[in-house]
Amino acid sequence: MPHTATPIARLDGVIKTFGRITALDGANLQIRRGELLALLGPNGAGKTTAIGLLLGLIRADAGTVELFGQDPQCIEARRRIGVMLQSAALPPTLRVGELLRLTASYYPSPRPLTETAELAGIGALLKRPYAKLSGGQQRSVQFALALCGRPELLFLDEPTVGMDIDIRQKLWTAIRQLIAEGCSVLLTTHYLEEAEALADRVCVMAHGRVIHEGTVEELRSRVAYKRIRCISALNVDQVRSWHEVSEVHVDSKRLHIVTADAEAVVRRLLDADMQLSELEVQRAGLAEAFTELTRDADTSLPIDQREAA
Amino acid sequence: METVLSITDAGAASAMPWQRLLGAYVAEARGECLRYVRAPSFILPMLLFSTVFYLMFGVLLNHGDASRYLLASYSAFGIIGPGLFGFGVSLAIERDGGLLTLKRALPMPPGAYLLGKMVMAMIAATIVTVLLILIAVFLAHVTLSLLQIVALMSIGAFGVLPFCALGMLVGTLIKGQGAPGLLNLIYLPMAFLSGLWLPLSMLPTALQNMAPIWPSYHLNQLTLAAVGTNNGALLPHVLALAGYTAVFLTLAVRRLRRYG
Repeated sequence: MPHTATPIARLDGVIKTFGRITALDGANLQIRRGELLALLGPNGAGKTTAIGLLLGLIRADAGTVELFGQDPQCIEARRRIGVMLQSAALPPTLRVGELLRLTASYYPSPRPLTETAELAGIGALLKRPYAKLSGGQQRSVQFALALCGRPELLFLDEPTVGMDIDIRQKLWTAIRQLIAEGCSVLLTTHYLEEAEALADRVCVMAHGRVIHEGTVEELRSRVAYKRIRCISALNVDQVRSWHEVSEVHVDSKRLHIVTADAEAVVRRLLDADMQLSELEVQRAGLAEAFTELTRDADTSLPIDQREAA
Repeated sequence: METVLSITDAGAASAMPWQRLLGAYVAEARGECLRYVRAPSFILPMLLFSTVFYLMFGVLLNHGDASRYLLASYSAFGIIGPGLFGFGVSLAIERDGGLLTLKRALPMPPGAYLLGKMVMAMIAATIVTVLLILIAVFLAHVTLSLLQIVALMSIGAFGVLPFCALGMLVGTLIKGQGAPGLLNLIYLPMAFLSGLWLPLSMLPTALQNMAPIWPSYHLNQLTLAAVGTNNGALLPHVLALAGYTAVFLTLAVRRLRRYG
């Protein structure tokens, strides 16, 4: 398909300051059709600002912001998106069905109400006033509002905060279904397992810039380290002295070893302790990769800026 | 070239037929009305403030001409409330709670949010005047012609607009729960200074001369004319109210655009 590589939304060299704080400092971001892009980064990295710009809520000081090739403040561009923000106090006395109908009225060809409700798993709640719902149910309703307009691009800002595991799983299923329909998603999340489970691509932000962009695999492979866990009688200090081992600690008899060369360490472990049991070797997860990346970004900054951030 | 086309082509799909656009405005107004009809603690004080005052001072303590005069001033007082509070309080709270941000991100048609609140305030203000007219006619035995009744109701429906604009301006200046306090600080002194509680003639001359700077004064001149106790020219008051609306609205919209 010729347009797969064309971004449907993008930030290009965007700078945005709020008073003395630089929220975005030359940020580049592209969302392609049909993909789920996870936007990750510590608090204050500029994720919310990036989303605010793409939604047309704020204007950039410099650089280009485009949504479907248009200015996001253009209503025609926004008719093709769905939005779920981190927090939105919806009118408490309106019923769920009324909220859905109202939001659907903004779109040219919305999904039928029952289809929306079913997708978001809130079919049983339609007659309930919004204020009477639990926090997780309210988030599900907000998710339903985001998808009711049959959007081509869905913005989900920390969608699963406050959801229990069961509701979170349903939301993930719904997101996968939307992507299968050809919808693109920009997701911000604090749960790295969420990005790991859903994302085609991951974009890591720090200090107002995108410091890494790529598939989940690529991000993971930036971290060469693996984790080894086992129950062993070996002395921690002895293991620490092995040159392949970069980190080791022990908790309740279980050794935790971090190493770049898992095979060599495992061989030495098995040689040194015949009684060794419950051996596990794990590749570093997204969490480790993420921590490492953002730590690198921190240390590459001059001290004064590090503190300001 | 191909890729650029694919983006703009799909744009045709996002064209909105006018029936659906109109539907969005209606849905917004309907939602706005529904939510407050279901929140009596918000709407009742707005409706009952002036009617209870009128029952005490216009019916229990007075009859005849005083009741007629007070019908005009309590109508003005009652009309201002839904404008100031309906707009100001809800805007301040919705800016705080993130609802306004969400609506701005969604493709809600321009102005639908404000129009919805306006319709709500106009209906509430009309209900206030109807209640006051009912009390005047049936309890205080004020005789009103049909024309007078219609005039007073229309002033209710449209006279609320400058106060919507003022409420909106206050709502953009303050966030969250602080709004009702500030609005009362505007509402009550302004009503007093423009002769809605005591006839202007009972106030010190300096305050009497100052009265025309308050928008509520001009509204009161119109309600007085509607019930037949003011034979002066009305156009200046209408123009003054229109001017206040334009100024407050311009300032408020500018603040909303700039700070959200």
